[in-house]
Amino acid sequence: MSQPKISPSTAREDLRTEPQVIRIVIIAIAVTFLTVFVVLPLVVVFAQAFSKGIGAYFAALSDPEALSAIRLTLMVAAISVGLNLVFGVIAAWAIAKFDFRGKTLLISLIDLPFSVSPVISGLVFVLLFGAQGFLGPWLQANDVHILFAVPGIALATIFVTFPFVARALIPLMQEQGTQEEEAAISLGASGLQTFFRVTLPNIKWGVLYSVLLCNARAMGEFGAVSVVSGHIRGETNTMPLLVEILYNEYQFVAAFAIASLLAMLALITLVAKTILERHLDEGRLPGD
Amino acid sequence: MIEVKNIVKKFGAFAALDHVDLKVANGELLALLGPSGSGKTTLLRIIAGLDWPDAGEVSFDGENALAHGASERHVGFVFQHYALFRHMTVFENVAFGLRVQPRAIRKDEAAIRARVKELLDLVQLDWLSSRYPSQLSGGQRQRIALARALAIEPRILLLDEPFGALDAKVRKELRQWLRSLHHEINVTSIFVTHDQEEALEVANRVVVMDKGRIVQIGTPGDVYDNPATAFVHSFIGESIVLPVEVRDGCVELGGKPLNISADGVSSGASKLFVRRHDMAIGPAGSGAFEGAVRHVRTFGPIQRAEVALSAGEGTTVIEIDAPRDRELQPGDIVSLHPRRYRIFAGQD
Repeated sequence: MSQPKISPSTAREDLRTEPQVIRIVIIAIAVTFLTVFVVLPLVVVFAQAFSKGIGAYFAALSDPEALSAIRLTLMVAAISVGLNLVFGVIAAWAIAKFDFRGKTLLISLIDLPFSVSPVISGLVFVLLFGAQGFLGPWLQANDVHILFAVPGIALATIFVTFPFVARALIPLMQEQGTQEEEAAISLGASGLQTFFRVTLPNIKWGVLYSVLLCNARAMGEFGAVSVVSGHIRGETNTMPLLVEILYNEYQFVAAFAIASLLAMLALITLVAKTILERHLDEGRLPGD
Repeated sequence: MIEVKNIVKKFGAFAALDHVDLKVANGELLALLGPSGSGKTTLLRIIAGLDWPDAGEVSFDGENALAHGASERHVGFVFQHYALFRHMTVFENVAFGLRVQPRAIRKDEAAIRARVKELLDLVQLDWLSSRYPSQLSGGQRQRIALARALAIEPRILLLDEPFGALDAKVRKELRQWLRSLHHEINVTSIFVTHDQEEALEVANRVVVMDKGRIVQIGTPGDVYDNPATAFVHSFIGESIVLPVEVRDGCVELGGKPLNISADGVSSGASKLFVRRHDMAIGPAGSGAFEGAVRHVRTFGPIQRAEVALSAGEGTTVIEIDAPRDRELQPGDIVSLHPRRYRIFAGQD
């Protein structure tokens, strides 16, 4: 009996890869799925935005209400990303580099915003600061405006986006361990020198990555912000809120024009994320 | 002089260090040798200030070291996995200790560059100065870590398993290199190792640790030839261990008396330790043991023979190293007598 001769290379290829038909089918399914659920909606957003021409598009964007929404969104994102960056780095540093009582509890608390519906997150602040709320009477008496004003929107956004920075940095910092910090200290560095010269440079790509995701979520947040904003036109409407209002008023061009800005933010985020991920992998290469 | 007095360190219920005393003279090259979990790394970290003892004292030249944190002790520490700063070049790694000095005593840039160059020359790696740690081999990282630790002109150099992560050949080379480097710069050095060969070959003095205690301190020759306990005997160098019974100074194996003495060992179950090469082969009937050769392997100047001892009920198989002046054959009946041996009372 003669065995059919199979050259080693083809034998190996057969083992490692599926038959061509199956490959084509699987790829086709994936492409169709992505087209229907991701590419098409994106195309529709831009098609609708430009359906009455470029002039109408820019007119919609330069409307005072639209400009106010863009300004508010940028401001809220800047505040919440900035604060969450500081909180997140400190929390991740404490959790990854030190052992203390209640560490597990702290980690669970950081995760809380991820597991709570954004609407509930917003509602929490209504219950806390609202007229009938816990602190409401005192705030009213002292003429402090939190709900239906910028502070409320910022607070809700901070709450919803809080986990991004800490969650991205904790595993990264845990993986890097504390040896480099110990080395720095034994070489005479102070705590601050160690943090700024050793810890921070080691996590810089992780920080940028988390800021990017945090920012995308902060600008796109709808549920929590919707509850606390009060939808005052030209004052407390963020971009996502304005999209909904315009859409409900059948101002499709204007609604999709604003939506196209958010879609572009998503696309830019995606590209930046891909670039950062490459750097992050480089940074992960262990030192030994 | 480094002096460690009565150090106790507990991790939960586990005593990592149990009343440890140690003195290290200036210029010494000392090995802390022990199995994992013996507390040697913990002791090193306490001397460096990276861990704090629960009780006890640490002093450098009579000055209380526990009053200072790690950053003020001027201790060079080389980590097991080197802990090089991954985002810095080799040059910046070595320069780190000089750059973080308080402004009042910090050298200027030219002096820092000159010092780093000098250190990189010392470890013979100046050609790597613009590389990153991830681009270096294990042996190169090790030497850079050493250069970085030496940059601050430490009063003591501490090395945690300095050769642990390297392959056998590089390890051998680095051992000799470390010895000659120590000879050259003469800084008091302590290194931790679980490899007895490494400790005996590199150190001037060896401290053997077990279960958080120091069990023996001595020169490499001392701890090898005169082990203080059964643990040291079995941990350092390979030994033949036989369970024996001591009765009024006489030794019995499996109920059969051996004609060796056990002066000073209290009666009861004991263990007889003999180095493999200390078992002399003599004419039948002359030695302490009789046995049949089962298997012989020869390499280099020795032959290693498996010998089944006939001792009372059952047989015990031991391995001996014999010179090749008389070739052994499987089946030979031989008489063995220990030239040197130690008997330690107790079962373990």
